[in-house]
Amino acid sequence: MNSHVQVAKANLKLSVNGVTHLVAADPAAPLSDTLREGLGLTGTKVGCEAGDCGACTILLDGRQVCACLVPTAQADGSIIDTIEGSGPRGLTDKLREAFHEFGAAQCGICTPGMIMAAVDLLVRKPSPGAREVEDALGGVLCRCTGYAKIVLAVLHVAEGGSPPILDPELGGRLPRLDGVGKVSGRDIFGADDAPAGSLWMRVVRSPHARARFELGDLAAVIARTPGLEVILTHRDIPGENTFGIFPNLKDQPVLAPGHVRFRGEAVLALVGERGAVEGLPDAALPIMWTPLPAVIGIDAALAADAPVLHAFAPDNVLARGNLKTGDPARAHVDAEANASVTIRTAFVEHAYIEPEAGFAVRVGDRVEVSACTQAPYMDLEETARVLGVEQAQVRIIPTACGGGFGGKLDVSIQPLLAVAAWLTRKPVRIIYSRMESMASTTKRHPARILAKASADRNGRLMAYELVGDFNTGAYASWGPTVANRVPVHGAGPYAVPNVWNRTRAVYTNETPAGAFRGFGVPQAAIAHETLMDDLAEKLGLDRWAIRRLNALGKGDVTHAGQTLESGGLKQCLDVLKPLWKRALEAARKHNAADPRHRRGVGIACMWYGCGNTSMPNPSSMRITLGADGALTFHNGAVDIGQGSTTVLTQIAAEALGLPVSAFSLVIGDTDLTADAGKTSASRQTYVSGNAARLAAEALRARILALANAGGDAMLRLDGGRLHVSDGANARVIDLATLPADNGVVLEGVGVWDPPTTKLDENGQGVPYGSYGFAAQMAEVEVDAKLGTVRVLRIHAAHDVGRAINRTLVEGQVHGGIAQGLGLALMEEFIPGRTENLHDYLIPTFGDMPQIITHLIEDPEPSGPFGAKGVGEPALIATAPAILSAIRHATGARITQVPALPHRVFAAMQGRRE
Amino acid sequence: MPDYVRARSLHEALDIRAARDVAVIAGGTDIYPAWVSRRAWGDPTHKDILDISGVNKLRGVSQTDTHWQIGALTTWTDIIEAPLPPLFSGLKAAARAVGGVQVQNRGTIAGNICTASPAGDGIPCLLALDAEVEMVSSAGLRRLPISYFQTGYRTTALQPDELVTAILVPKHPPATRGHFVKLGARAYLVISIAMVSAVIGIDPAGRINLARVAVGACSETAARLTALEKVLIGQPALMAPVVVNSAYLQQLKPIDDIRASAAYRLQAAEQLVRDCLKSACSAQREWAA
Repeated sequence: MNSHVQVAKANLKLSVNGVTHLVAADPAAPLSDTLREGLGLTGTKVGCEAGDCGACTILLDGRQVCACLVPTAQADGSIIDTIEGSGPRGLTDKLREAFHEFGAAQCGICTPGMIMAAVDLLVRKPSPGAREVEDALGGVLCRCTGYAKIVLAVLHVAEGGSPPILDPELGGRLPRLDGVGKVSGRDIFGADDAPAGSLWMRVVRSPHARARFELGDLAAVIARTPGLEVILTHRDIPGENTFGIFPNLKDQPVLAPGHVRFRGEAVLALVGERGAVEGLPDAALPIMWTPLPAVIGIDAALAADAPVLHAFAPDNVLARGNLKTGDPARAHVDAEANASVTIRTAFVEHAYIEPEAGFAVRVGDRVEVSACTQAPYMDLEETARVLGVEQAQVRIIPTACGGGFGGKLDVSIQPLLAVAAWLTRKPVRIIYSRMESMASTTKRHPARILAKASADRNGRLMAYELVGDFNTGAYASWGPTVANRVPVHGAGPYAVPNVWNRTRAVYTNETPAGAFRGFGVPQAAIAHETLMDDLAEKLGLDRWAIRRLNALGKGDVTHAGQTLESGGLKQCLDVLKPLWKRALEAARKHNAADPRHRRGVGIACMWYGCGNTSMPNPSSMRITLGADGALTFHNGAVDIGQGSTTVLTQIAAEALGLPVSAFSLVIGDTDLTADAGKTSASRQTYVSGNAARLAAEALRARILALANAGGDAMLRLDGGRLHVSDGANARVIDLATLPADNGVVLEGVGVWDPPTTKLDENGQGVPYGSYGFAAQMAEVEVDAKLGTVRVLRIHAAHDVGRAINRTLVEGQVHGGIAQGLGLALMEEFIPGRTENLHDYLIPTFGDMPQIITHLIEDPEPSGPFGAKGVGEPALIATAPAILSAIRHATGARITQVPALPHRVFAAMQGRRE
Repeated sequence: MPDYVRARSLHEALDIRAARDVAVIAGGTDIYPAWVSRRAWGDPTHKDILDISGVNKLRGVSQTDTHWQIGALTTWTDIIEAPLPPLFSGLKAAARAVGGVQVQNRGTIAGNICTASPAGDGIPCLLALDAEVEMVSSAGLRRLPISYFQTGYRTTALQPDELVTAILVPKHPPATRGHFVKLGARAYLVISIAMVSAVIGIDPAGRINLARVAVGACSETAARLTALEKVLIGQPALMAPVVVNSAYLQQLKPIDDIRASAAYRLQAAEQLVRDCLKSACSAQREWAA
């Protein structure tokens, strides 16, 4: 036990991509660390340091290995291939091109590992089948893509598969504009860069879910720990020691002030040389804990004698939501059929493969924070408040973001990094470990939803009621958003005259629950879709037919009293109808022959409001034209893999009348771009898309005015010369002759905020400007003897308004389905027990069904070129479709997810386990 | 960081092992995750490390007149790629089910048994193969049946001055086949909820003349179902799955954990035993034909 002793570094010879490096490295340091920190080869990513995610896959002497599990000493004299090389027979280069063209990289954090695993396969087996691709790449996790496009890309390189379809037009298939960096490993993520000489920071976290603590003599620790510069406590926070999403709910301390409310809460921050902060055990710190009984679960929090976790919420209820229309109590009585259900869901972890990481630098009286994020302007506001400085003194420079899904909306590392850099006047960096990321950042809310639905004898819905409690954990985060979004969506995308949906977000001593793709709607969808199946069963109706009968559409009035101006759910269902009939028949035939492996078909519908719920969420975009002809898109929307960089540029290009390739892109930096709002709530295509369209239209209007040209004029940019042709009339604008402001001669600014209204006390109003609709059909096979479920196929019919980029839309559908499948079948975060990626399971290659995407384009009048958001819908419809299929296969009505094998098995036997 | 020593020979490794309390590393697929997990909660310390990966003679599969010998450093991939008789089909299947290919390329068979996780996929296979573990110290060499080598939850009979050098599997008649089935909640990279391995021999008349069946992840250590094995002898191979009932699994003591309930584990294990016997016996028939 000599962690305090610095072991002499060994001189090791590593041959990487054909170049021999002599490196002085700690022999026990993982090879991934030596490659990244020692040789600067940051294309090899680190996602878990435990061999669970495969992001760090490299070839060691021609075999794929996780570089995080290889002691650097063992690589001495070995041949190493990483993403930075061309690979044996140029395979790495071929694969990166295919990944790019097929849309196989979204956020890009798993891409280097995927490509290296594929190189290993193709060297050994030049013409593999799809199953062999899955076997070979099965050790790499991807949280974005749902894997399908990765398999296609590898098969194409193997010359066994079809070539990519490329179509740069709006509505076609343009490869992502930021894709080359992702497939080359050159994209800079949070952990990939920091100024030379940066100090390292490590956060010391509470091992207790609820406790008081006192601190002893920290100065003595610093004195006896060489290389340790400072230990930050709550007393060192220059501004307010709180953060949170809502202005009135800044309830989470940056560093706990003497008591903690969840396991994983930040207590101290150690800042200094890496070896010092990483080598100092928590046991060597004078923290005197007094553990207190923890409030675990909703029931414990709502108990009459429950401890009060926050003084301002004496009943431990953070927020309530309510939507009421008509008289559901009476309608239930008048109805022909009633059904009710209680749904239980678990904490769900975002499991982005990139743990939070970044650095901060103090520049004079300003601080600059470079980190992965979904919301740079929210980070800016929060950081300024914690630092106690003006917002103008903070700059947020988003790095590439290795997945977010809602989990990187809240600040994590940003305020602490800023404080440390501010106080030490040195650059400071931090990289969360996988376990730290999982233990300390937000989760999907566990829900307990009691719901009741009623229908007349024809199956027409008459009433719906929902009472939902959501475990919001120790701090508010996005709890109020979940409480408010669920009542609006809770009755499903159906015409229901009588609705009463009530929700509560409840504080507990568990990990804070926040935003996760869908904000509570995926949980609520399980309830309404279970009830639709129940009513169909009771009334002897087909499950597809009852949904089609009740589907909301254009001109219908929602439960909030909003008249829909678009909505293609009926078209979605109609696309599925022949597939539904065929699948039911196929399942029946299969089951007659094989009673053990029972097949079933399920169906589910969903709707999802794009943007914030009845709150302003404007976006601002700016496009400038320089005297030299530089066309620059200043786009503050962070692309977390979903593709906003590409889609917004496509929209801007279409509206301006110049090709996508004419644009230079400036993304996210708060000094260089305006506030586009956060990347969440399926809002960037819809909201920022409109802002981009308006910015482009404004710039185009200025150009046309200058050229005195008509609206249909064609533009062509040739260096500093802008050609404007309007029928027979052609004119050239010499941009250099125009008056310039900082080199900019023309600009267009667009600002757009969805048309919403406040909701009244009954939740009535216009909560969203637009809604996405979807219907999905799942075909599953259940092993009746073991309760295991295999999802064979999903047909996903989505009304997207207008697909700006088909490849990217499919990517969102595939990835949403993967996460919905995880929610349905395997994902369950339990604080203290599943804080890693081998105990917390997310879908792998082999878990994914065949996915067939059917895009319905019912143009949204308020959307850019008719488009609306596609980020969340596929996730929402997936779990209920799978549960519906399990029920069809086995008769087991599953009301608790994840439907792990033991729960399915118990449900088949009529027990709840 | 701990002190790190790479042994160049078995002799050198044993000297270090005798002199110091060290963690032995080969593929690193268990040591690093455990270390990372402690470090995440504030304990960065680690025992000094003895790296035996350079002791090349401990790697690979060979045979004597009576035994197959699997060197301690033999990786899962080595096992998958080795030309071995159907006796090893179960072990090969288990090798393909350990982690991803990255872990199969690094993880070793000796590491699997020394970590001694109840969910170690190799252990039931070695039980069914009637394997022995060869251990060496400066004092000499000894062998223990695998069932004696595993002494409890993550504990083994390996002494602090010893190293596992090989797994020895007695040779069987050619018509003896191994099998393995694994149950987990996802397709790849999954820790077993339960797994079963069987080695079955069938005589020319189609009757079982050799049966060893072992279940993993359902007790502190993987366990042979000896009562079932006895009953299987003399049965027509086709009948093997039918013979299975819960009484033969009574010795298992599964627990409730994040992956499954104890009650489910027991029922699932019974089904897996049946499944394993069914495919072992049908594969046998194909082989015989």
